[in-house]
Amino acid sequence: MATDVRGLVEGSARDLGDRLAVDVVGLTRRYQDRVILDQVDLQIAGGEFVALLGRSGSGKTTLLKALAGLDYDVSGEGQLRVADSISVVFQDSRLLPWRRVLGNVTLGLRTQAGPGQSSEDRGLLSLAEVGLAGRERAWPTQLSGGEQQRVALARSLVREPQLLLADEPFGALDALTRMKMHVLLRRLCAAHKPAVLLVTHDVDEAIVLADRVIVLDQGKITTEVSVDLPAPRRAADPAFADIRQHLLRSLGIEETHA
Amino acid sequence: MTAQLETRIDVDHLVRRTRSVGMNRAQDRRRAVVDPDNRRRPGRLGLRRRIPYAGAVGPLALLAVWVVGSALHWIDLRSLSAPWTVVATAGELISDGRLQENLATSSWRALTGLALGIVLGVVLALISGLSRLGEALLDGPIQLKRAIPSLALLPLLILWLGIGEPMKVTTITLGVFVPIYLHTHNGLRSIDSRYVELAETVGLRRSEFVRHVVLPGALPGFLMGLRFAVTGAWLALVVVEQINSTSGIGYMMELARTYGQTDIIIVGLVLYGTLGYSSDLLVRLVQRKALSWRQTFAD
Repeated sequence: MATDVRGLVEGSARDLGDRLAVDVVGLTRRYQDRVILDQVDLQIAGGEFVALLGRSGSGKTTLLKALAGLDYDVSGEGQLRVADSISVVFQDSRLLPWRRVLGNVTLGLRTQAGPGQSSEDRGLLSLAEVGLAGRERAWPTQLSGGEQQRVALARSLVREPQLLLADEPFGALDALTRMKMHVLLRRLCAAHKPAVLLVTHDVDEAIVLADRVIVLDQGKITTEVSVDLPAPRRAADPAFADIRQHLLRSLGIEETHA
Repeated sequence: MTAQLETRIDVDHLVRRTRSVGMNRAQDRRRAVVDPDNRRRPGRLGLRRRIPYAGAVGPLALLAVWVVGSALHWIDLRSLSAPWTVVATAGELISDGRLQENLATSSWRALTGLALGIVLGVVLALISGLSRLGEALLDGPIQLKRAIPSLALLPLLILWLGIGEPMKVTTITLGVFVPIYLHTHNGLRSIDSRYVELAETVGLRRSEFVRHVVLPGALPGFLMGLRFAVTGAWLALVVVEQINSTSGIGYMMELARTYGQTDIIIVGLVLYGTLGYSSDLLVRLVQRKALSWRQTFAD
C-alpha cells in the first residue's frame, strides 16, 4: 500500500497526554523493496533536545519527513504520534525569493483573535530575536547564507512550535557561522522550549547542542547517549571527548589521534 | 662585500615595492567605498555595464540609414517614401483627424483583445497547472490551437461572428492567450517543489498557496508571455484590419495600397512598429519593477 499511512495511526498531541512531543513505536518505512526505517521506536519529551546522527542513507531524513508528515509515496507501518504544532527548518533556508524577509517569517502565520499582536509585530519580534532587526524589508537574496538561515529559524519559532524538526540546518554554513548559529539556537531553545529533533552528520554539533544523541544506522537506532555536560560545552573537555569517541565508533569510525 | 650590499639593496627595493602595492590596495578599497559607481562592478564573466537608453540605439541607427539613403537617392522614392515625406503625410493625417480616429479604433481593438486574452490565458494556465484533470483536458487543445495560424481560423470566425468588431476582437484574443497560457503554465510548473513542501509545513491553505507561492512564482513566466502577447496583439490587428474593414490603421494602409501611396503605408507601419515596440518596453519596465527580487545575469 503506497499511500500515506499516517492517517491510520495518527493521534494528536492531546492523546500524547504525558507531555511527549514525539511518540513513535515500530515505525517502518520502505521505498520500493528497500527498508529505510526498520521498527524504529522514538520518544521525545516536551522541551527535550534530541540530535539524530547517521551516515548518508541511514534513514535520518526519512524519519524526519515521517514526523513532519512530508513522506508521500512511501509505504510502511507503525504508530506515530506527534505534537500538533510542528515547525521544520530545512538544510536550505527555503525562503521564498519573491517575499521580503518579514513576509517570509510571517508566511501562513495566523494571529489568534483577542488581545494579541498582529502577525507583523510577532514577525518583527522574532527577527529581532535572531539578530536581524532592521532587515525586515530586505530581499532574501540580499542576505548571507547565515542570515538566510536565521530568517528560517525566525520563521519556525514565530509559530511557537511544540516540536521543531531541523534537517541539517547548518550543513551548508561555514564553520564560524555554524558556531554562532549553535549559540543562537541554544539561546532560542532555552527561551521557547520546543522539543527539538536535529538531524545532523556532525558529531560535535550533536554533542554541543543536544540533551540526547541517537545514532541511526541502516534504519535502526543503534546507539543512544545522554549528554549531561555543563553549559558551555567544549570539545577539550575529556567527558566531551569520551562521548565523541563513543558516537564516532558507533558510526563505524575509529578515531585516530592527531 | 659588494655582493652583500647589492643583496641588501635588492631586498630594500622589494620591501618598498611590496609596501607601495599594499598601500595602493588600501587606497583602492578606500576609493571603492567613496565611488558609488563601483558598487555594482560586473564580474569577469558577467555582462558589462548597462548602455544608457540601450533600447533606442538600434532603431535610431535604422532611422539614420533611411534618412541618409533617401537624401542621397540610394532608395527609389517610388518604392519607399523619404522620411520627411512620411512626416509631412503624418502631419496631414493628424490635422484632418484621420490618424487619431483610426488609431483610436485600432487601439480599442488591440487592448480589448489583449485584456480578454490575458484573462483567458491566465485562467487556463491556472486550471491546467494546478489540476491533472485540467491539464489532461486543456493542454492538448491549446497546443493544437498554437499550431494553427490565426489567419487560417479567420474564414471560420467570419462565418460564425460576421465581419464586425466581435470577430476582430476574438481573433486578437485567440492570438494573445496562447503565449500567456504557455509561459504562465511553464512558469507555474517550474516552481521549485521544495517551496511546495515549505507551504505544507507552514500550513498554507490552498488559496494562500496560490496567492503566496504559485502566482508570484509564475510571475516571471507570465511577464515573458505578456511580452509575446502585446506584440502579438498588434500583429493580429494587421490581419483583421486588412480584411473587410472600414476603419483602423490597417484599413488606412489597405486603402493607401490601392492608390499607391507608400507614404501613408509607411506611416501605418511606423505606427504599428512604435505601438508594438513601446508596449514591449512598457512590459519590460513592469518586468524589472515586479521582479526586483531577482538577481539575474542581465542585471
